[in-house]
Amino acid sequence: MSEHIEKNGEILVDVRHLKQYFNINVGWFKTKPLKAVDDVSFSIRRGETLGLVGESGCGKTTVGRSILHLYQPTAGEVVFNGRPIQNRSDIRELRKKATMVFQDPYSSLNPRMTVSDIIGEPLDIHKMYSNKKERMNHVLDLMDQVGLNSEHASRYAHEFSGGQRQRIGIARALALNPEFIVCDEPVSALDVSIQAQVINMFVELQEKMNLTYLFIAHDILVVRHISDRIAVMYLGKMVELADAAEIYDQPLHPYTRSLMSAVPQPDPKVAKANKRIILSGDIPSPLNAPSGCPFRTRCPNAAPCCAEAMPAFNEVKPGHFVACHRVNEL
Amino acid sequence: MREDADMKDFKDIRKKFSMHVDLDAFIPATDEEKAYMVQMRPSSTFFRDGVKRLLKNKVATVSLIVIIVITLSSLIIPLFWPYAFGEQLGIQPGKPVDSSYGNLAPFQYGKTEQERIAAGEKIFPHIFGTDERGRDYFIRVIYGTRISLAVGFFASIIVLIIGMTIGSIAGYCGGAVDLVIMRIVDIIYSLPDMLMVILLASVLKKTLGTALEGTALEKIGTNIISLFIVFGVLYWVSMSRLIRGQILSLREQEYVLASRAAGAKGSWIIRKHLLPNSISVVIISTALQIPNAIFTESFLSFLGLGVNAPMPSLGSLASDALNGLSSYPYRMIIPAIVISLIVLSLNLFGDGLRDAFDPKLRN
Repeated sequence: MSEHIEKNGEILVDVRHLKQYFNINVGWFKTKPLKAVDDVSFSIRRGETLGLVGESGCGKTTVGRSILHLYQPTAGEVVFNGRPIQNRSDIRELRKKATMVFQDPYSSLNPRMTVSDIIGEPLDIHKMYSNKKERMNHVLDLMDQVGLNSEHASRYAHEFSGGQRQRIGIARALALNPEFIVCDEPVSALDVSIQAQVINMFVELQEKMNLTYLFIAHDILVVRHISDRIAVMYLGKMVELADAAEIYDQPLHPYTRSLMSAVPQPDPKVAKANKRIILSGDIPSPLNAPSGCPFRTRCPNAAPCCAEAMPAFNEVKPGHFVACHRVNEL
Repeated sequence: MREDADMKDFKDIRKKFSMHVDLDAFIPATDEEKAYMVQMRPSSTFFRDGVKRLLKNKVATVSLIVIIVITLSSLIIPLFWPYAFGEQLGIQPGKPVDSSYGNLAPFQYGKTEQERIAAGEKIFPHIFGTDERGRDYFIRVIYGTRISLAVGFFASIIVLIIGMTIGSIAGYCGGAVDLVIMRIVDIIYSLPDMLMVILLASVLKKTLGTALEGTALEKIGTNIISLFIVFGVLYWVSMSRLIRGQILSLREQEYVLASRAAGAKGSWIIRKHLLPNSISVVIISTALQIPNAIFTESFLSFLGLGVNAPMPSLGSLASDALNGLSSYPYRMIIPAIVISLIVLSLNLFGDGLRDAFDPKLRN
């Protein structure tokens, strides 16, 4: 897939030192910052799909929502289409160009609205039509694009299966003709057979409408299939970012290595030959993150220097970024 | 041609596997059969489902019928009834007071009426007799029902509007706004409400009387207006708490986030997503609020803080009947039965509504 994107293509989304802290009540009057996303920087080129993987609670979803300014970022900057998002009018413009597809197809659709109202809601909000007929035609067109029958327009969301509901969610995301879509685990709530359909639809839509995706998931095979580049997050920080094939075949960060070794292999011979790297312990609480490198408490290669400072996110090979002190030694 | 080839392939497969499975049962469906399987189910809305469930509930349906009958009769009967609620039958201009009309038992007639009956005229009977001033008691009960129902209904609407607005703002804004509003609610909650009702009603009765003079509201009576104010000031708190709780849980739903991601503002989200999803709870608690308001009105009227004489309400009728309780017990019993009937059937109907519309109870 990466063939059609030039290596130095136009950058659509540029995230610079994004931080998202939430204040959590500890005790009666004390609050403590929960560092959900801590100093993350990356950029996405136009027409590209960036996969974002990591385990539950590592801040993947928060990154997606902060980029769309659904949360006001604590610090850092998001540059969309060359324009930094700073004030309300920037956000309003961003809303028309960047949208989101949600994980849970059950809770992301209002049970009191018909399908045509759900899909047409962004049109209603931005008053993108002059009369009802135009709106209806647009909605039916969107339903057609995601493979829904136009007879379903007057039905309610609870009358559909999970895959169809996710299609409704995608049609809603496409309503304003966006350039950038944050896909927040869009297939993890679906059956495997439906996952394939929905993912293929994402790919088709990308080719047809020249969309740019930030594809969040925890299923590495799914991400690998759809992504041009993959970023790996751990405890609110980005630990590795590289081309999909490269990160899959030659992971450099110890956390990524352990993730890749956990991917099931269909061939039993290969599976036997691969050694699984099993991490000990649990992911630490983001409220009490370890000093220095966040991964050092579980890292098989941890050294004293890892506790001292957070490793920088360096480009060790062209296009391959890793945050590890000992990446050159191992 | 192609189909024939398909059929041939299929038969080959059949030869291979026919040992265990009867493959005749697995012939691909023809287009006709497929079309037969597609059934268009009419789209069922949440509201229609709820009504269906409500009508299955016998108690709730009977209660609804009782409410409708009582409401309609209180609205229609005064239109054609030959007596008015304030008309003292014994008093006619230019004639001495005819005391024979006071305290008539049911289906008895006054002196002049008996003379007219003797002359062959037909006189409409006094079904419940008359009170001590010679007023037809039946029409007074009907009129009292109308007043009580109206007070209950409008008081609930006032409570609903105030409670819904404040509750949804508190729930949606959260943080400091929520904190301040909810502490005010707590303070109002902790006041002894009956004491407050009586105090406010008696104070407002005095102060409003002069303020309303000459306006259209004067006709309604200061007492009823002060009742509405009391309800508006005191009883919105439970409604606003309820709505706040609903909104608090609903605003974390992903469809709200999706709406915000599409660029929706706060008022849009409240109107399009939060209120429609909490409307069933709102309807149910309003339905349960009405009997509460009727009861409070009756009780205030009984204490003499209700409607202005000669306008009757069920409470003031019962209060008036207290004097002649041993001689005319039915004058107390009739309004008491009507109050009980209204309150009971509204409560049962409210329960039925909750069973039918509360999404958590759906199975």
